Amino acid sequence: MRGATHAKWAVCAVSVALAATACGGGGSDDGAGIVRSSWGDPQNPIEPANTNEVQGGKVLDMLFRGLKRYDPKTGEAQDMVAEKIATTDQQNFTVTLKDGWTFSNGEKVTAKSFVDAWNYGAHIDSKQNNSPFFANIEGYEDVHPESGNAKAKTMSGLVVKDAKTFTVKLNEKFSSWPETLGYQAFSPLPESFFKDHEAWLEKPVGNGPYTVDSYTKGASMKLRAWDAYKGPDKAKNGGVDLVVYTDNNTAYTDLLAGNLDLVDDVPAKQLKNVKADLADRYINQPALIIQTVVFPMYDPRWGKPGMEKVRTGLSKAINRDEITKQIFEETRTPATDWTSPALHEKGGYKAGLCGDACEYDPEQAKKLIEEGGGLPGGKVQLTSNVDTGSHREWMDAVCNSINNALGKGSVCTVNPVGTFADFKNQQSNFKMTGPFRSGWQADYPLIQNFLQPLYATGGSSNYGKFENKDFDRLVREANQESDQAAAVAKFQDAEKILADQMPAIPLWYQNGSAGYSELVSGVQLNQFSVPVYDQIKVD
Amino acid sequence: MGRYVIRRLIQMAPVFIGSTFLIFMMVFALGDPVAALFGDKAPDPATAARIREELYLDQPLWKQYLHYMGQIFQGDFGTAFNGQPVTELMAAAYPVTLRLTMVAIFIELVVGITLGVLSGLKRGHFIDSSVLVLTLVVISIPTFVSGYVLQYLFGVKWDVIRPTVSVDAPLNELILPGIVLALVSLAYVTRLTRTSIAENVRADYLRTAVAKGLPRRRIITRHLLRNSLIPVVTFIGTDIGSLMGGAIVTETIFNIHGVGYQIYQGILRNNAPTVVGFVTILVIVFLIANLLVDLLYAVLDPRIRYA
Repeated sequence: MRGATHAKWAVCAVSVALAATACGGGGSDDGAGIVRSSWGDPQNPIEPANTNEVQGGKVLDMLFRGLKRYDPKTGEAQDMVAEKIATTDQQNFTVTLKDGWTFSNGEKVTAKSFVDAWNYGAHIDSKQNNSPFFANIEGYEDVHPESGNAKAKTMSGLVVKDAKTFTVKLNEKFSSWPETLGYQAFSPLPESFFKDHEAWLEKPVGNGPYTVDSYTKGASMKLRAWDAYKGPDKAKNGGVDLVVYTDNNTAYTDLLAGNLDLVDDVPAKQLKNVKADLADRYINQPALIIQTVVFPMYDPRWGKPGMEKVRTGLSKAINRDEITKQIFEETRTPATDWTSPALHEKGGYKAGLCGDACEYDPEQAKKLIEEGGGLPGGKVQLTSNVDTGSHREWMDAVCNSINNALGKGSVCTVNPVGTFADFKNQQSNFKMTGPFRSGWQADYPLIQNFLQPLYATGGSSNYGKFENKDFDRLVREANQESDQAAAVAKFQDAEKILADQMPAIPLWYQNGSAGYSELVSGVQLNQFSVPVYDQIKVD
Repeated sequence: MGRYVIRRLIQMAPVFIGSTFLIFMMVFALGDPVAALFGDKAPDPATAARIREELYLDQPLWKQYLHYMGQIFQGDFGTAFNGQPVTELMAAAYPVTLRLTMVAIFIELVVGITLGVLSGLKRGHFIDSSVLVLTLVVISIPTFVSGYVLQYLFGVKWDVIRPTVSVDAPLNELILPGIVLALVSLAYVTRLTRTSIAENVRADYLRTAVAKGLPRRRIITRHLLRNSLIPVVTFIGTDIGSLMGGAIVTETIFNIHGVGYQIYQGILRNNAPTVVGFVTILVIVFLIANLLVDLLYAVLDPRIRYA
């Protein structure tokens, strides 16, 4: 029969399609004492010197312990693997390690584990995102030249003395350098990392309180408490299951349904319900993140002398209180300096340092802008990527606030950029013609990290190309100060220059938020808004 | 028949090359992805240059495309930024999406055709008008609304099912997402079947069949339905393609790590290998689905022949 042969062909083709779906399946083991937590797919492979965002950072924080670790509450850098880090001249440091630290594969943590890891992280051939963190070690430009091939395999500033000791020589004096060592890029690496890199990336091995049980890239990672861990912060739970969610709304739904214990990013849409849904199982606390609007100082229309009045005027035209309340439901706090409250007073945060210039005053704003010669071309355009973070909403609100204050119709407009990648390109190629958003998450809780990379001449993330001799001098002096309080005071003096010049308008400090289930307790966020997993108890 | 199939398969080659080039060009136009890898920080120029060199991004567009196609013919679809080969991503994502699509298509076929036949046979009756209203309502509700509402009701409020799909995505967890995905198409299938049935009920051959005294059941399934299904089959065929690529919303709501998720992620990160690789496979799926539809015509209507 004619029809039957036709049908055979069709059935044949369909069965090929069916066969493809036969794979997959299999159950999951639900162990006791396991914390189920939401996760996002890390952008880069998980390795200490290549991870620069929170999602990969979560894993590293469980897998690794470096020389120092920041106290989740106070942000103080406390010795972990380091016994002591000594210096007499703020430039040459001798690092001594504690006894008894091992990697979970049995290897000992030695001076070599650190030196090898740092040399690897700095080397241009390793293509690690975080290599600039090693830039102040002597010999960095030999392993990481601006162009061309590396001239050396290792940095001359790193010397292994014995199994427990190594010395570090920096390019220039930097008194708070030991305090930067809590950053994950400075983690030690076992031999197995260098021997079989591929295998290590499939299943990372570190010296922290957890080990990787299984890792399905893009989907989930199961971490289990490492029984033989000797450090002071042994895990208080049996392990952590990280599950990748594409949408934080879905993760939140799963939390409500009891499928998840911890969501470390409460979606903006749910902020109105979160109190009713979770009662006191909701955390909203300052993190080391500040959002600013940066002016392109390389564009003379914005950067020429006299324009500081216009820039300050715009700052005064923004009603930060209203916007943080209405749009962010108080998950942002109006900024009054260029650092973050998560630094604490001791670390250099000073409420109100910006003074008048950050206070909402439409009358004054209008006057200042007129005195400064008005907006360039009578217009201002705000630029940001709008694919994440409610950026579109707050930019509209900021523009409304400015337009209302100036009373000249819609002089402020929004320039939405579709993707973060595109926005970053415009930003780092210095192609902006008007103010643009700049978010900054500090790498370590130091005031230096909020100022030097962003506003010093030639700073690695000085997107506005702000240049000021006094500012540079104060930062340099602060870095040479051996006394922490004196260093902070110098940095704050430098910050006052920002208040005068207003190269970047501080908008608000961003909080970290989290919600958790009734099954867990002891949940807290550190200053990087990452949950402190080892402290979570499962009831 | 066999020759026809082979001819169609050969015709796919130019379509394949043309569409991959267009997609490649569009992703290329999105701009340089390397800067975004560095987060809020400014990219380190030396490292960024190395990454560009490795990904062939420092070459002109045509060279990049040739290089990419050369790789594809060796079975290498490139590497995503997180270090995973794209083929690995595909092996993980396609089975999941395919399973979801089949659940959706199954629901569309069973429910859609049944409702369509019922309302087609009982034109103007109560059942016809209620199906009409129902399909109207379904068509006018966007997928994300029905998705979130059903998820909340079944997953959180009544606690009947898991609100999200686990990593392995077993079939039973895909039923609700499948329903959500099927809803809109289901309404179209119902409408198409109804119209087609209503038309063919008055056809001469059907009157002959009735006059011959055939049992009603045989008349409906063998004579009426089979001839009425041609437009429905065409619709389902193209729907397979769009369901497999366009399930982004449903996949996001139910946290299914399928094709939609990977493409979305790829676009956000300007990751050309992921986007082009996945869309290329989608193009092939579309082409094959169309071929199957054409072959099915012949099964349904013996007057159509291929040689």
